[in-house]
Amino acid sequence: MSYADERLVEISGLSKSFASQPVLRDLDLSLPPGVHALLGPNGAGKTTLVSILSTLLRPDAGRVRVLGLDPVRDRRRLQSMITLTGQHAALDGQLTGIENLEMLGGLFGLERATTRRRAAELIERFDLGSAARRRAATYSGGMRRKLDLAASLIADPRLILLDEPTTGLDTRSRQALWEEIRALAAAGTSVLLTTQYLDEADVLADRIVVLHGGRIVAGGTAAELKERVGGSTIELHDAAGRLVEEIPTRGDANDVARQLADVAEVSPQASVLVRRPSLDEVFLTLTGGPARDDRHQDRNQDRNQEVLA
Amino acid sequence: MTRTEPAAAPADAPDGAGPRPPQNTAPTSVAVRPAPGRPGGAGLISALGIVSRRSLRHASRDVESMLMAVLLPVMLMLIFVFVMGEAMAVGESAGREEYLAYVLPAIALTTAGFGASHTAVVVSNDLTTGLMDRLRTMPFPAVTVLLGHVVSSMARNLTATAVVLGLAALLGFRPAADLPQLAAALGLIALWILAVTCVFTFIGLLAGSAEAAGGYGFILLFLPYISSGFAPVETMPDWLQGFAAHQPMTPIIDAARELLAGDAAGSAGWIGVLWCVGIIVAAVGLTTVVFPRRAGRG
Repeated sequence: MSYADERLVEISGLSKSFASQPVLRDLDLSLPPGVHALLGPNGAGKTTLVSILSTLLRPDAGRVRVLGLDPVRDRRRLQSMITLTGQHAALDGQLTGIENLEMLGGLFGLERATTRRRAAELIERFDLGSAARRRAATYSGGMRRKLDLAASLIADPRLILLDEPTTGLDTRSRQALWEEIRALAAAGTSVLLTTQYLDEADVLADRIVVLHGGRIVAGGTAAELKERVGGSTIELHDAAGRLVEEIPTRGDANDVARQLADVAEVSPQASVLVRRPSLDEVFLTLTGGPARDDRHQDRNQDRNQEVLA
Repeated sequence: MTRTEPAAAPADAPDGAGPRPPQNTAPTSVAVRPAPGRPGGAGLISALGIVSRRSLRHASRDVESMLMAVLLPVMLMLIFVFVMGEAMAVGESAGREEYLAYVLPAIALTTAGFGASHTAVVVSNDLTTGLMDRLRTMPFPAVTVLLGHVVSSMARNLTATAVVLGLAALLGFRPAADLPQLAAALGLIALWILAVTCVFTFIGLLAGSAEAAGGYGFILLFLPYISSGFAPVETMPDWLQGFAAHQPMTPIIDAARELLAGDAAGSAGWIGVLWCVGIIVAAVGLTTVVFPRRAGRG
């Protein structure tokens, strides 16, 4: 079987409860290699799902395959191909940056010389040179995250699981981390990250899985999800910039052209915007947030406007 | 190790398309790309070496704990020998040197026992920082991390025991024991350190935070006083004698004292060993049950 055919994650009928409180309910999910975001509010079951995929927790029921392997039966083999970075930067604060990397490399079974070389490379790549010999406890939040990600890469994993990687980071550190995740993806490493931030999922992920109350309520590319909420809207504005009319559209060139042909006859001076629904709107719709009727009043959500004319 | 093959090349990506580097364009077989580490990760022995080295590094960098480990026996020794030594009449003859010989095992066990209770703090730290969860997803038995802390605790507290014995020698203590007796006395102390370490490893698993875990160590500071360690059990009130005579530290202290004096340990030696072995078996058993259940709770 060639790798290109292999599914990154294959789940059917997955359930998990804690003290008879169901956290994941009968999940089915199939993901190809790539970058995926598990999107959902607090308590949706994101961390539990990631914990099961990373061998940390056992499922109560259902079939789970990660990289074609069973996280329970083939645990050790899977563990040498994946890495989990939890919500806290899980590092040894008493050890220096380089000692952290070397310890984890050794535990992955890398030879000592290999570990040393990889650790040095990662320190350089993540620009941690000046801090490499300082204890991790003295690092800033952004630096801890960088070291955390560097540590994830020590054994060259095929899949990196990131649980809310940018929670608690300032904007600059967040952007830097995004860059790194993109670079990983470009180098062919698959990433599965959980996030509460819609923009993060939108920017980083090839595919988004929306989790709510332990169920998958939607999945697909960001564009597909936005499509589900009802396509795009053509907005007509007058010379003063006031919105005068909204016309629903499928959003493809054919439909937009047909609609605009009608518009051009009636009000040739109107300025035209095609607005796609934002992921915020998608999210609210799917997870039972505010009613959809509200969304036209909320002009703040127009992040995805595309000026056509 | 060189990165020979890409991890993921989507089936639908045409050759050369997108930002992917050229070496990523060919779909590759799962088997072709070798994992850089051993498929099964680090073996048990090498993993134990790595985590033990880590725990020993912790111990050597935790200056405050080290200072405490040295200061506690020094203070105890000085107070008991110089403040109370002359007033205490234990055995046939009273005097500082006699009392020094009498309290020495208790001071050694108090110091080492309290030091070993620090294991709860380091174990709890690993769990609450999420580090243990990361380690559990790695290809080696995560329980070795606990063993690493045990190795470190033994090293730390045997060092503290050496400090106690060295100080006692400075104050004029001269053991009458021959080499096997000395080894047996040290062995008993080591067994007690191991027993306390195992119990506090378990407490570290249960404690909600490292601070809480540290708090339980106070038991080890007070337990020795209600034993034969500092005053003979016979001098205590009746209601206290029952506990003092039958708590685990009393036979260990009695046996160690006899051995250091060059006498036979007698039944106290075996009772002490049985106590320690029983405590270790119980603590290890509970730990193996609880440890896997604490996954994903960091």
